[in-house]
Amino acid sequence: MKLDAITLSVIQAGLKQVCDEMDLSFSRAAFSPVIAEANDRSDGIYAADNGSLIAQGAGGLPVFVGTMQYSTSELIRLIGEGKVCAPEPGDIYIVNDPYLGGTHLMDVRFVRPYYRQNKLWCWLSNTGHWPDTGGAVPGGFSASATEVEQEGLRLPPVKLFKKGELDQEIYSIICSNIRVADQRVGDVKAQAAALEVGADRLDQLLERYGDRTVDLAIKELHVRAATQMRQLISEMPEGSWQSVAFVDSDGVVDEPLRISLKVTKDFDKLVFDFSGSSPPCRGPMNSVLATTMSSVYLAIRHIFPEVPICAGAFEPLEIIRPENTFLDARYPRPVSGCAAEVSQRIAEAVFAAIVQPLPNRVTAAPAGTSGNFALGGFDADQGRDFVMYQLSGGGYGGSAEGDGLSNGCSTIGISKAPPVEIMEQTFPVLYHHYRLREGSAGPGFARGGFGLDYKLELRNGEARASFVMDHGRFGPQGALGGGDGAVNKVMILRGEERYVPQHLSKEQDISMAPGDMVWVRTPGGGGYGNPFKRPLQAVFKDVSLGRVSIEQARKFYGVIIEVTGEGKLSLDEIASEQERKS
Amino acid sequence: MATNNKELRSLVLGVDVGGTFTDLVQLDQNSCAVRLAKVASTLDNQAFGVLEAIDKVECELANVAMVIHGTTTTTNAVLERKLSKTALITTAGFRDSLELGRRTRPQPYGMTGHFEPIIPRDLRFEISERMDAFGRTVTPIDEDAVTAVGQKLLSIGVESVVVHFLHSYVNPEHELRAAALLEKFWPNPYITVGHRLLLESREFERGVTAAVNASVQPLLERYLKKLSAELQGRGYLGELLIMNGNGGTVSANRVVGEAVKTVMSGPASGVIAAAYTGRFAKRPNLITYDMGGTSTDVALIYDCQPSISNEIEIEYAMPIHVPMVDVRTIGAGGGSIARVNQAGLLEVGPESAGANPGPICYGLGGELPTITDANALLGRLDVEQFHRGQENISLERIREIFQLKIGDPLGVDAETAASAVLRMANTLMAGAIRMVSISLGADPRDFSLFAFGGAGPLHASALATELGIPEVLVPARPGITNALGCVVADLRHDFVRTINKPLDTIETEVLEQMLLKQAFDGNTLIDQEPIDINEIKIEHSLDMQFIGQTHMLTVPMDSASMTCKEILKAFEKIYFNRFRIHLPEVRVKIVNVRTIVTGCRPEIDLTGLIDFSGRAHSLAAAQVGSRAVCFYGAKNELNWREVPIYNREKLPLEFELNGPAILEQMDTTVLIEPQNDVSSDRYGNIFIKVGVSNET
Repeated sequence: MKLDAITLSVIQAGLKQVCDEMDLSFSRAAFSPVIAEANDRSDGIYAADNGSLIAQGAGGLPVFVGTMQYSTSELIRLIGEGKVCAPEPGDIYIVNDPYLGGTHLMDVRFVRPYYRQNKLWCWLSNTGHWPDTGGAVPGGFSASATEVEQEGLRLPPVKLFKKGELDQEIYSIICSNIRVADQRVGDVKAQAAALEVGADRLDQLLERYGDRTVDLAIKELHVRAATQMRQLISEMPEGSWQSVAFVDSDGVVDEPLRISLKVTKDFDKLVFDFSGSSPPCRGPMNSVLATTMSSVYLAIRHIFPEVPICAGAFEPLEIIRPENTFLDARYPRPVSGCAAEVSQRIAEAVFAAIVQPLPNRVTAAPAGTSGNFALGGFDADQGRDFVMYQLSGGGYGGSAEGDGLSNGCSTIGISKAPPVEIMEQTFPVLYHHYRLREGSAGPGFARGGFGLDYKLELRNGEARASFVMDHGRFGPQGALGGGDGAVNKVMILRGEERYVPQHLSKEQDISMAPGDMVWVRTPGGGGYGNPFKRPLQAVFKDVSLGRVSIEQARKFYGVIIEVTGEGKLSLDEIASEQERKS
Repeated sequence: MATNNKELRSLVLGVDVGGTFTDLVQLDQNSCAVRLAKVASTLDNQAFGVLEAIDKVECELANVAMVIHGTTTTTNAVLERKLSKTALITTAGFRDSLELGRRTRPQPYGMTGHFEPIIPRDLRFEISERMDAFGRTVTPIDEDAVTAVGQKLLSIGVESVVVHFLHSYVNPEHELRAAALLEKFWPNPYITVGHRLLLESREFERGVTAAVNASVQPLLERYLKKLSAELQGRGYLGELLIMNGNGGTVSANRVVGEAVKTVMSGPASGVIAAAYTGRFAKRPNLITYDMGGTSTDVALIYDCQPSISNEIEIEYAMPIHVPMVDVRTIGAGGGSIARVNQAGLLEVGPESAGANPGPICYGLGGELPTITDANALLGRLDVEQFHRGQENISLERIREIFQLKIGDPLGVDAETAASAVLRMANTLMAGAIRMVSISLGADPRDFSLFAFGGAGPLHASALATELGIPEVLVPARPGITNALGCVVADLRHDFVRTINKPLDTIETEVLEQMLLKQAFDGNTLIDQEPIDINEIKIEHSLDMQFIGQTHMLTVPMDSASMTCKEILKAFEKIYFNRFRIHLPEVRVKIVNVRTIVTGCRPEIDLTGLIDFSGRAHSLAAAQVGSRAVCFYGAKNELNWREVPIYNREKLPLEFELNGPAILEQMDTTVLIEPQNDVSSDRYGNIFIKVGVSNET
């Protein structure tokens, strides 16, 4: 039986709908604000035999785009080897082991076998970012761990639900090893209920179209997605393109980590070769293989968003395993920075390589850091301990479409930042400002977006500040003649003292007293194209809005702007044309 | 004859200005007689269209008690950024809040996007002042600076100003002081004070809401003044009422202060009409389905109450946080374009041919296959009805394009291609409707589908099948639903107050006082309106969550004096129904305290909507012809059938018929698929019982 394209299209939309409904249910019922507000979660359907991705929700966190198929396939392997108990209806496995197809420990996966007529038909799986999974630092984002045990509780695949019942013994082991455990039960139930929603909807889909038809459709859709991706690749010009991107440091040894990438077009396939990248590092900026591969996939999906998310779409992407580099970390290398930071540098390398053959599809580098700032301590006013996170955005890269977005979210995220008012209600801090970071955009024909500039004061009690950010050493790179965006800056102000972390964007446990302040300026996006070609009026507008200074206009754009007697700005077009020629 | 006696002014006019048409319903409250008009909208000055519609029903304005008006003036102004020159005065360090937003991007994938803040950076000014989150003054307000900035704003031609300070929802003192200083010399009433519109935390959302309000205020006032003057010039002595986005009405002189609430005015009135119709038709649970040219609006009505949201986003990063009827827009309409992608799969939308050139059958030069064209090709629509341009468009031309763009790549003929486009479109719309209903906690199978708008009744049966919805309701006058909503809308005021406290720390008496105060304020506002009211209805509810969560569920209250134990029980029940989760382990908190005060207007008999004259005595006598219509089966096999066409206005008042059939009326075509049975009621509604899926 061969399926027609129309039935295929309809079933494809149906499978995606199942995943979207799981995503929605999970977010709405979750407790962890990282899941509920920041949508740091993803739900999908995976093949029964090898765990390959069948469909995933459109609203899932981009960094999870490829990872769950690896964790599911590892689970299948371990069951096959008899190392994990075989599944039964109603079971749900829990796993967060980074080395078994994972990301960092905080991303906890649930995997549920789905049966039809007593036969395993597929796997439903979701990932949710838990606010804490134990370890040295509240929240898990250690900047200086040197082995995974310091990062938190590592769970191999075990059945958290057995035949539909929560296993209280395993659950109590988990709760005894993590912070704010009392709220986790809400997330556990929400995460499990989302898979239940998925199972119900999948039942309906199968009953409507028939198991065999859907099964055939899944196989055919896999082939079609691969065809679509191959088609897009074969339309690219021939060649091979190199790029580099740097992680500031691993948080322990103060040296940049190099990502070296060569992308080669091989007829209708792209080959990604990371050889020449830095060796595994001591600090937590190692990436496990699943995250490295997923980062390439998410970058490609940013470039070709029209290709549906399924394993077939990744087939024409050949990633040579980057053995002996920090992009293929093995136990017990610490990995807490991989999902949030290293992943974004990998994506940056992919953008920087592919913008060369596809200048109309790819942007200059975005800020590309999650801007993780954690403050933990004692709130003397409220008489309680607290852990606060501030994630922040930065500028996006300029592109053929125009200037980059200001204060966009991370490349791997889709989350909203919390309002200042909510932060001040909840934590003993006062923001002195929260504003656009003037002058931070990478210059270009299309300039980058602007970063964020915030400064906050600890009001009472005591606290320790930790930072896991990036782009402190090198700004997000410009493309096609555009300049780099401004680097990330972190500073602690204690009276007259100005303290800058040794690793610029990463440091753990900086002690703070009332009145001390944290000042963060996030990166601007890279510029795109020659800034001297940028229309004079566009530069003048940025200057008159105070986003670009008069000095920058001259230096970066060759645009001469004068201040008149009444304090008004005036554009000197003739002088500008001269300046641009010389 | 004109009269000053209010008793003798028996007419009520509902006028809705939409993107394409201005619709009018004139109701005589004594006789229940109804007159209708539909004219082209005049978007530069909507008043012309309104007056033309009034002329068309030959209405003597002196006999009109009320004109109730739904307007898109404010919506269009925001979407097209044709706004008054507006400035922001805000807390030092925070003038960029409106530009930074909440750190997102428009789409999950694709690292591009554009965002233009509603007030440009050079019109956003900071002054020294600061409250903390507990309402304590950190920095006193610099009063001289407020005055100096205000003077400067006037000197550069600013017309409208927003005062928006951090934490004003907990202590509004600084905002009030700044407003008082500005009022001393500001030449007009256009001073928007953030906390007065929205007493909730979240500086970006509160700030945008205030900024939108200020930016549209002068435009709305000028428009309403012009319209009022025109009406009065023609002898009108009654009240001009405006539809608010919350589905209630408010008088024109009061609406300007809260102009932002009229954004979504049009879509809200359609939902109000649906709820009203559903109440008489004994269909309390409805999903409204208004399919237009470029998009489709969907809303949920449960137990005759439209679902209300105070978190509407009218475009990317443009949140408006005042209570409004929760109308969700799906990016698929008659003009949505179909194509075959590189994988050889069919896609429909989100690109649209819009109104110009529009679908091929408009004859305005459209060359891309759309949903409307697919309907035309399959005989579901009369292609003549849609023809607008000079160019003569034949079905043959549409067939050629479908063959070339869809049929050839898929290896099928043009008609099969067209049926595939419809199937795909229905699948996508059904999915989107499911997401809307599920995100509101409802199972679509418990609802009837209320179809209106130009294309709604054409797709409704197929969609209902797709969604498992058992029945479609097509009202007597699907083309003028929004205007009808204006006529039947009540007076309504919504109050929200954030308290954010664990339930077990709540003192029931304090909560009760808070609710009663809101009810009192609503009563006072309604008393001030010179409108006949039957009764005043008070409804209280609480937005609640488990401590640690960010999403909330709304819990209706039986009375203002519920005990904490009763509140807890009610919340737990609603939570379980929504998520199938029990959480006895976690404490619960109340986030917002809400009160809706409704001034119910006298009931209006909807039988006036149908024309009793000219009714045929049998179905056969109402038939005006027949045409070949194509239906499709499970394997997309096509089935052409000769389908009778009935003139809906001629159908007997009570009738039953079996599909397939086509009912044609003024501006809508209702398609009844084979297997569907149709019945009617005394209000002229028809009910389509959706048969078993023809795709299994």
